[in-house]
Formats: sequence, C-alpha cells, structure tokens
Amino acid sequence: MPEKNSAIHAPLQITGLSVAYQKKPVLRNVSFEVTEGELIGVIGPNGAGKSTLIKAALGLIPRLAGEVKVYGKPCNQQRQLIGYVPQRESVDWDFPTNALDVVMMGRYGHLGWFRRPGSKEKEIAMECLSKVGMADYATRQISQLSGGQQQRVFLARALAQDAKLYFMDEPFAGVDAATEKAIISLLQELKRSGKTVIVVHHDLATVKEYFDSVLLLNVELQEFGLTNEVFTRANLQRTYGGRLSFLDRQDDELLLLSGQGKG
Amino acid sequence: MTDFWILLTGALVACCCAILGSFLVLRRMSLIGDAISHSVLPGIVIAFMISGSRESFGMLLGASVLGLITVFLIQMFQQSGVQSDAAIGVVFTALFAIGVVLVSLNLRQVDLDLDCVLYGEIAHVHWNTWELFGTDVGPKAVWMLGLTLLIIVVVIGLFYKQFKLCSFDPALAAAVGIPVALFHYLLMGLVSMATVSSFESVGAILVVGMLIIPASAAYLLTDKLGHMIVISVGIGIASTFLGYGAAVILDASIAGCMVCAALLLFIVAFLLSPSHGLLARYLRRRRMQEQTIQP
Repeated sequence: MPEKNSAIHAPLQITGLSVAYQKKPVLRNVSFEVTEGELIGVIGPNGAGKSTLIKAALGLIPRLAGEVKVYGKPCNQQRQLIGYVPQRESVDWDFPTNALDVVMMGRYGHLGWFRRPGSKEKEIAMECLSKVGMADYATRQISQLSGGQQQRVFLARALAQDAKLYFMDEPFAGVDAATEKAIISLLQELKRSGKTVIVVHHDLATVKEYFDSVLLLNVELQEFGLTNEVFTRANLQRTYGGRLSFLDRQDDELLLLSGQGKG
Repeated sequence: MTDFWILLTGALVACCCAILGSFLVLRRMSLIGDAISHSVLPGIVIAFMISGSRESFGMLLGASVLGLITVFLIQMFQQSGVQSDAAIGVVFTALFAIGVVLVSLNLRQVDLDLDCVLYGEIAHVHWNTWELFGTDVGPKAVWMLGLTLLIIVVVIGLFYKQFKLCSFDPALAAAVGIPVALFHYLLMGLVSMATVSSFESVGAILVVGMLIIPASAAYLLTDKLGHMIVISVGIGIASTFLGYGAAVILDASIAGCMVCAALLLFIVAFLLSPSHGLLARYLRRRRMQEQTIQP
C-alpha cells in the first residue's frame, strides 16, 4: 500500500536517466532522490532538458536508459499519487469547456475506466477553484480567462488530483503579480500538508525565496541540494556556461536576496 | 418509400460523421479524416479480392485496418522528422494510388465501380437490400450505418471522459494513466468505419464534408463539448433534409446537395454565432465605440 511505502521510500527516485530526441542527448545520466515535503526548483538554461526531465519522470516520453521510482514503485503503478501541471501553452484554450470542467478533469484519474464525473467531483472541483481564488469564474469559458487566471485553473486542477507528488512545468511563466503570489502561497500550503512539489522555474531572482532545494540542470545534473548550499554563483556559472551575461545583470539582485535570506 | 430510405441513410451518415467530426475538429485533425477517407480504398479492394464479393462487413474490416495503418504511418513519418502536413499528404495519396492500381487490375473480372466508391450514389441505396430469413429488411447501407452509429455511440458514451481529456490535454491524460494511444487509435478506427459505411451512400470525398463541416459550424455556436456534439448532429441531419429537398428541386446529385446544404448552414453559423460570429463581433465593436465616445 502506498501509505506504508511513503514512510520508507522517497517520493521520487531517479537513477541513471537518459533521454534523447533523434540521437541528440537531452538528458544524460541524471540521478537524484527527493525528500518528502520539499519545494524543489529545477533550474537551467533553455534547452537544458528541464521539461524533458519532468515528462520522462512521468513516463510521457520514452527514456533511453534509467529508472524512475515514485514512492518505491514504477510511476505507472503510482499514477494516483502524482499531480501534473503542464505548460500553459501546451493546451488549446479555445476548447469548448469552462473553468469548472477543466478542474474536474483532475478527478478523471481517480474515476477509473467507466465511472463518470458526478456531483461529488463537482464539489471537489469547486473547492479547488476557491482555493486559487477563481470560484467566481467557474462557468467562464476558458478562452475568456487571462493568462494568470488560466494558470490558476491549471493549479486548481492539480489540487483536484489530490496527489502527494506534484510536477509543475513553469507555472510562473507569463503570469501577473497577483497570480504569482497566489501560486506561491498555494505551494507553501501544499508543503505544509506534506506534499512534495517539483517546479521547473526560470526566474533566478526568486529562487532563494521560493524553494527549499534546487536542482541545477544542463543536460547533465550539475548540482542538487539545499538552496542556500547549492544556489551559488560558481554553480550557476557552471550550469549556464557561456550564457553568463544574463546572469551578471541579475547579480546584484541575487546577492540582495541571499542577504535577506541570512538576515 | 425511396425518399424515406434516402433520408434515413443520409441522416445516419450525418450522425456518425457529426459525432466523430467534433473530436477531429477539436484535435485539429480534420485532415486526418480526409486522409483516412481516401486511403481506405486499397483496404476495400483487398477485402474484395479475398472474399470475392461486395459483402459489406468484410469491406468494413479491410477498410478499418487500412485506416489504422494510415494513422500509424502518418505518425511514424511525423515522429521521424517529416513535416506533419507533408506526412499526411504522402501517406494518403500513396495508399489511394495503390487502391486505384488494385481497382484497375481487378476491374476486368469484377464489378467494383471506382466512381461509386469515390462519389457514392445515395439514390441507389434502396436497390441494394438485405434479406433475412426470406424477408426484405431494408437497404444494406442502412443496416451497416445503423450498426456503425450504434458502435460509435456506445464507445464514445462509455469513454466520453477519456476522449475529452485526450482531446484537451493529452499530456495530463497520459499522466493520470489514460492509455492515450489506445483512445487515439480507437477514434481513428471509428472514423475508418464511419467512412466505409458511408461510402456507398455519399462517397469517399463527401464523407469528409460531413465529418468536418457540421462540427466546425457547431464549434462556432457553443462553449460546451457535449452541446457541440448535439448541435453538430442536428446540423448534419438538417443538411440531409435540406440537401435532399434541393436535389429533388434541382434534379442534381443528392450527396453533393447535402454537403452544399451543410456549407450553407456553416456560413449562417459563421455570420450569426452569438460569440464568434461576424455580426456579433461587429455589433460588439459598435457598442464599444459608442460607449467610449459618449461616456
């Protein structure tokens, strides 16, 4: 039973994971193990394989080699323990459906092959929409929502999945400040209730503020550990390689934040 | 009685196509429907060569297999780096050409009319009846289409949530453990079946019209998937009746008129849709202008 296993096994254990798209390696020999109840940021330059790491962990794309275990078992046996927030651009927002309906889709995995979503699912979905502050928009057609609101609907759907391990692919990309705040307080709440959340993240300035651990990735795993130990200038320089000019501009901001962290 | 059978056949074609077409349109796979409707031809001919008769269920099977092969080949090419529209074009024209060659090789001995496969002739439907225990139970095409519609309704009805999630967000569907590939091929198998059962009545080319046009019109008229399917079916049936009426008055091709009627309804939806329509958009803009000018 998953309940028993969770005490013994790590939420996610990846060993020797390699993925290639048409001969070009995207991930090479990545191994790590996450601790339960942490917020983990996956950081790296464009094309470093961050999204690929999540998709391969979920078994959405074939892997060349390696093993993925979720609470000690292969992930296709643990689907109900896994929540997933894909990139917002990955779906067609003109699809004829409303916000509540999208959130209800989060329950489909629990319904099995034949059961249809009913009033209980609707109730759960409404609750999740309220948690992200979107209850008033339940019957709104999804194309009429702003980018930030769409992202919140996606998060509500992940909440409806009622999982223990969450993968989020750039939830902060292109959202307004209010949504960013709503997302981060949601992440904190998930953490408090013992969930593990793995987030692909772009904005280096907020890393120290948001995440307990960071995973620095550039095709190979560069560094993985607690944020204040691993998120250092030297490690970032190594991860981002030649693209440092971008880093230098943010340097002051980074130092400022690390100062805040200590103070 | 002829009118009745023609209208019933047309309505059944419309229902089958409208339900499946809704999913094709939403998955941006309209062209796959086009591809399947052409590339099932070799399947029909091969089934015909093996069985030696125009027995419909063998053909249905042959065509469904070819439909799945088509989808499989298209995906294989797309995944190995061929442009996605080029992959569709290569596969269905090549398979269709093979079908044409097979037909021309066999035409000498057998009676399989290429015109009939391509364009169909709904007016002949009631001649080809089916006898059960010595009694005439109606046209074969009606039975075939009825069976196909039944299968479509049962499969889509049972797995509605899976088809919906696979259409909207296949990544999440896979992540929660829904076998996305299975449902993809299931849908494609149903499209193949619908195409083949509609062959004799509206023909291969016009099936595509029935698959795409009513669903596209319905897409403009609603914001709910369930409603979209129902409206799509309604528009399909309406075009059958309108088209048949027009064909009788004009003494023109029945199937052609039916698809033209569908197009007419699509144009009406395009102009008058409350949310996406040209008229609604124009009125909204006028209202906005007035509001900004006189606060």
